[in-house]
Amino acid sequence: MRTRSVIYQPHVIVVLSLLVVFTVAIVSFSEAAGGFLSTSLVKTLGMTLCLCLVAIAMDLVWGYTGILSLGHFAFFGLGGYMIGMWLMYARTEQIVIEAAAGAPLPPTPQEIQDAIGTQIFGVVGGSDIPAIWMFAGSLPIQLLLVVLVPGVLALIFGWLAFRSRVTGVYLSILTQALTLALSLYLFQNENGLRGNNGLSGLQIIPGAEDVPQSRISVYFFVASAVALGLGYVLSAWLVSGKFGSIIRGIRDDEARVRFLGYSVEHYKLFVFTLTAVIAGVAGALYYPQAGIINPAEMAPIASIYLAVWVAIGGRGRLYGAVIGAAFVSLLSTWFTGGRAPDINLGFYTIHWVDWWQVLLGLSFVVITVYAPKGIAGIFDVLSRPAKTSARPVKTAEKARAS
Amino acid sequence: MSTLLEVSAVSVSFDGFKAINDLSFDINEGELRAIIGPNGAGKTTFMDIITGKTRPDKGKVTWGETNISLLRKTEAQIARLGIGRKFQRPTVFEDQSVFDNLVMALKKDRDPVSALFYKRSTVDIDRVNALAAEINLSSQLQRKSGELSHGQKQWLEIGMLLAQDPRLLLVDEPAAGMTVAERRHTTDILREAATTRAVIVVEHDMDFVRQLDCRVTVLHEGSVLAEGSLDHVTNDPRVIEVYLGR
Repeated sequence: MRTRSVIYQPHVIVVLSLLVVFTVAIVSFSEAAGGFLSTSLVKTLGMTLCLCLVAIAMDLVWGYTGILSLGHFAFFGLGGYMIGMWLMYARTEQIVIEAAAGAPLPPTPQEIQDAIGTQIFGVVGGSDIPAIWMFAGSLPIQLLLVVLVPGVLALIFGWLAFRSRVTGVYLSILTQALTLALSLYLFQNENGLRGNNGLSGLQIIPGAEDVPQSRISVYFFVASAVALGLGYVLSAWLVSGKFGSIIRGIRDDEARVRFLGYSVEHYKLFVFTLTAVIAGVAGALYYPQAGIINPAEMAPIASIYLAVWVAIGGRGRLYGAVIGAAFVSLLSTWFTGGRAPDINLGFYTIHWVDWWQVLLGLSFVVITVYAPKGIAGIFDVLSRPAKTSARPVKTAEKARAS
Repeated sequence: MSTLLEVSAVSVSFDGFKAINDLSFDINEGELRAIIGPNGAGKTTFMDIITGKTRPDKGKVTWGETNISLLRKTEAQIARLGIGRKFQRPTVFEDQSVFDNLVMALKKDRDPVSALFYKRSTVDIDRVNALAAEINLSSQLQRKSGELSHGQKQWLEIGMLLAQDPRLLLVDEPAAGMTVAERRHTTDILREAATTRAVIVVEHDMDFVRQLDCRVTVLHEGSVLAEGSLDHVTNDPRVIEVYLGR
């Protein structure tokens, strides 16, 4: 019986230990520590950890609660935009002030504002700083927005959708529409987030320009690892115990949960909003490592990939989501990065850059049909012999007892 | 004894078909009642109306001492007021243990935050164990409920209803698919439950109804055809016609 704290659950112990070992290994062999791991590799791995975190969120909402949201990457992107605004604004402000330092007359605040506006928005033909950037100079407020913007959007969207009892494929379509609409909106130049240019130069941290990227990459890697660890423990706590029972009940038989007296909508809204916040945090850690964010990141396909990772890894268990996201996204980087050797069949050469998606699609179909538990299902197979041998003993005991 | 639930002059139609037609019904606190009727008599729709799944076109459904109307309430609110429902097909959470199924049903605050910070007390565990004993599942508590037999699932669902501690239990065909011995035990569970709360049993099986030994309401074409003891209603010529005629 579960009376002990969640961090004593075997899977939590294993995942956290592996995460610690992995983090220590990467940090000690990183370029910053004089090791052989390149900065770009450290960044890729740090970004992968963020993808694992958003995959956990996806698993909570889909694997556990049964809401197939195909829009969670929108929240991920919004988190990235919120932190990107500060990174870009604060950095530009510094550049402007430095440039003005040599001038005979100190610039007025208005002049500084105008210069920042021109620097950031010149690319979309503007120079005014839009209203949504009013807090961009403040890191604490933008950090708060990383959580608030995805959270509030998910709350409103979820409230409308769940209250009207939109479920199943209809909800999936709605969430696709959400991320598509958001991405199309952001593509427009006049909406104040630089249209298709997106936000760039995010790898440079204002106030830390002198710190080499090799060090910054390590900081972000560690921050991502910590966020993933915390997210994992939080999620493990959520899905164990009674709350976990209820959301899995909602996944398996929503009506039954309702007739037990639980307001299913409140639970769905809770999970939907919380996972949107987790996705936002993951995005806020991801994009400074990527260096750039643009509306294409929130294209509908991104959220579908997220579902594919979770399905391949094994939905309905948290480490499945982590395995799926890490495995598929790293593999995807390898294949699409042109590093996978092409296969020459004589009459046709398979270029993995083109064929990777076909391979991914095929594995998705094969896994959903033949191994619905995904890669994580391997652990079940490995532990099965012990289970099956235990059961007959039990029934025999029962027979003797009665 | 005071009236617990009162359904008065309720009608509902689906695409022109009158599933419930000017039906009136009431049940007292602590009463055991069987509802019988041929297929399509509106038994399930009747339950759907009480539990908030279906909204009637007209009529009133009132509950408790203060005569609260149930018509504007959601399924979850009605369940929280104290109406528990067992479905015809056993619906338990197959992926979870018998124990977890019962814990989920225990009468506690139903909001997400309470569920998150819920800690199992010894009182709760004792209650679950007592319920398990009542439904013959003491030795199965740690098993996944999906592994139970059909009859055991039916009992588990009844156990979950009892765990909710409702004032009114609606039980749809509890004995369907059960062996004779299982039926007998189910009768015992229901009669025991009816000593402390009202129970409505919808059933096809006349022998089962006879064992319940309670007042019977016969539904036909969406309204009450007859009401009284089983012998009384089975001797009613209109009931005989509905069941045997045509």
